[in-house]
Amino acid sequence: MLDFSFLDLDEYDLFGAFWMTVQLTVASAIGSLIWGTVLAAMRVSPVPVMRAFGTLYINIVRNIPLTIVIVACAQVLAFRLEITLGAGPDIDDRNFRLAVLGLVAYTSTFVCEALRSGINTVPVGQAEAARALGLNFTQVLRLVVLPQAYRSVVAPLANVLIALTKNTTVAMAIGVAEAAFLMNEMIENEARPLEIGVLFAAGFILLTLPSGLLLGRLARKLAVKR
Amino acid sequence: MSDLSVLYDAPGPRARRRNALYAVLFLAVLAGAAWWIYGRLTDRGELEWRLWEPIFTDSRLWTNFVLPGLKDTLVAAGLSMAIALPLGALLGIGRLSDHRWIRVPAGAVVEFFRAIPVLLLMLFANEAYFQWSSVTSDLRPLYAVVTGLVMYNASVLAEVVRAGVLALPRGQADAGRAIGMRKGQIMSNVLLPQAVTSMLPAIVSQLVVIVKDTALGGQLVQYTELRSTIGDIDNNFVSLLAAFTLITVIYVVLNFLLTSFAGWLEGRIRRGKRGTGAVLSTTTTDEMDVAGDVPGPPRLGKGPDTRT
Repeated sequence: MLDFSFLDLDEYDLFGAFWMTVQLTVASAIGSLIWGTVLAAMRVSPVPVMRAFGTLYINIVRNIPLTIVIVACAQVLAFRLEITLGAGPDIDDRNFRLAVLGLVAYTSTFVCEALRSGINTVPVGQAEAARALGLNFTQVLRLVVLPQAYRSVVAPLANVLIALTKNTTVAMAIGVAEAAFLMNEMIENEARPLEIGVLFAAGFILLTLPSGLLLGRLARKLAVKR
Repeated sequence: MSDLSVLYDAPGPRARRRNALYAVLFLAVLAGAAWWIYGRLTDRGELEWRLWEPIFTDSRLWTNFVLPGLKDTLVAAGLSMAIALPLGALLGIGRLSDHRWIRVPAGAVVEFFRAIPVLLLMLFANEAYFQWSSVTSDLRPLYAVVTGLVMYNASVLAEVVRAGVLALPRGQADAGRAIGMRKGQIMSNVLLPQAVTSMLPAIVSQLVVIVKDTALGGQLVQYTELRSTIGDIDNNFVSLLAAFTLITVIYVVLNFLLTSFAGWLEGRIRRGKRGTGAVLSTTTTDEMDVAGDVPGPPRLGKGPDTRT
């Protein structure tokens, strides 16, 4: 029933496209983990201005469609304001960086919320004990609360990572040659939606399922038994 | 640790001075960034009033582009929700079935469509309608967008329904059995009516995800939703930056209203005296699924993690 004879790997760089998806995912995951942690720290900090900024950023960015975030990065930032993030004249490189910027800006809000819910799972006594020892805010967070919070947010963060993997497809809107970009091209040329659909669905399941299982196991192993 | 002020002591005079210093430094950094962006914008003449004015003065911008776009976005989102909800309920109840031949296929369908990007589903649906159906070309984008969204969100809502039923106290099903109800009766007369109340906030916040995802359709299958009007607004009335700002503000306000409504519902149900007080947090079904995984069927009675 399924006929894959149209698939010519010289014409369609299938592995290259999925490699691009992986690169986008990894770069954005690292970026949003850092920025998301900073945002979470701001949201629980004793300085009201930082708390307000964190809350405002999250409530705004979370509610914007990712498509708009990424397209705005390309059209407004790059074309109008000529902010190219240090990319050279290479347009592919520039689009990649802009897509990562958009994905980081968007995904970090979910990382921040996951971390904050993780902080909520740490018993009050832990922070009280730390304060009783005379630790200050950064020490309480760095030495006592965050190490425990990180352990309990592995599962939610794994979900964020899987959603991020799927969200990288939006980067095709600004011409990054990742999996969805290739799928669009193939569907237009070959008119075989079923085979192509199965192919790319399988690709994404191969990407998301192992990382989900692996991180799920890690989450169970790391979780603080209470 | 929901009151996060437990992380630090009540500030004394020194801490208060230090916090004030941090606040000033932080504001200085923010102001610096804002100043840099402002300079960049004025350099390129993006802030000239004539580029922004039509938003407030020209009604054609609204009647020709923004409002029809908003309507199309809401139509696609509403249709998707209306179709995905019953489908999701079926799949969710299927996953809770005692019969392996129902439980396993339902589970497979749910896991399959949750693992695939909505974008690919839309692309596939668009081409499938083009090849194998007689849907006219002006209706096809709507069909493609709604089909893609339904496939993904039915499987997400299936998990919501499952979590909603599992979150009910075990005694509810036991009591049903004790008075001689059959399995179907317990589900339809006891469990589902209570689960629906507890699921409402989660369903409303899933609407936010759907509204955001409709924006994918404009880019790829030429559906004329709100985001796709940016190009037209930019060509006919205002600058690109102004068009982006306007549409973004509309999305943020719309989704913020939906999120607040979901939060209000959640609080209301939590406080309510009727029902079990069980409620699925608005975050459980967020696109990024922040509140973590739902426990499997064997652990009936032990509800999912519903902290907020």
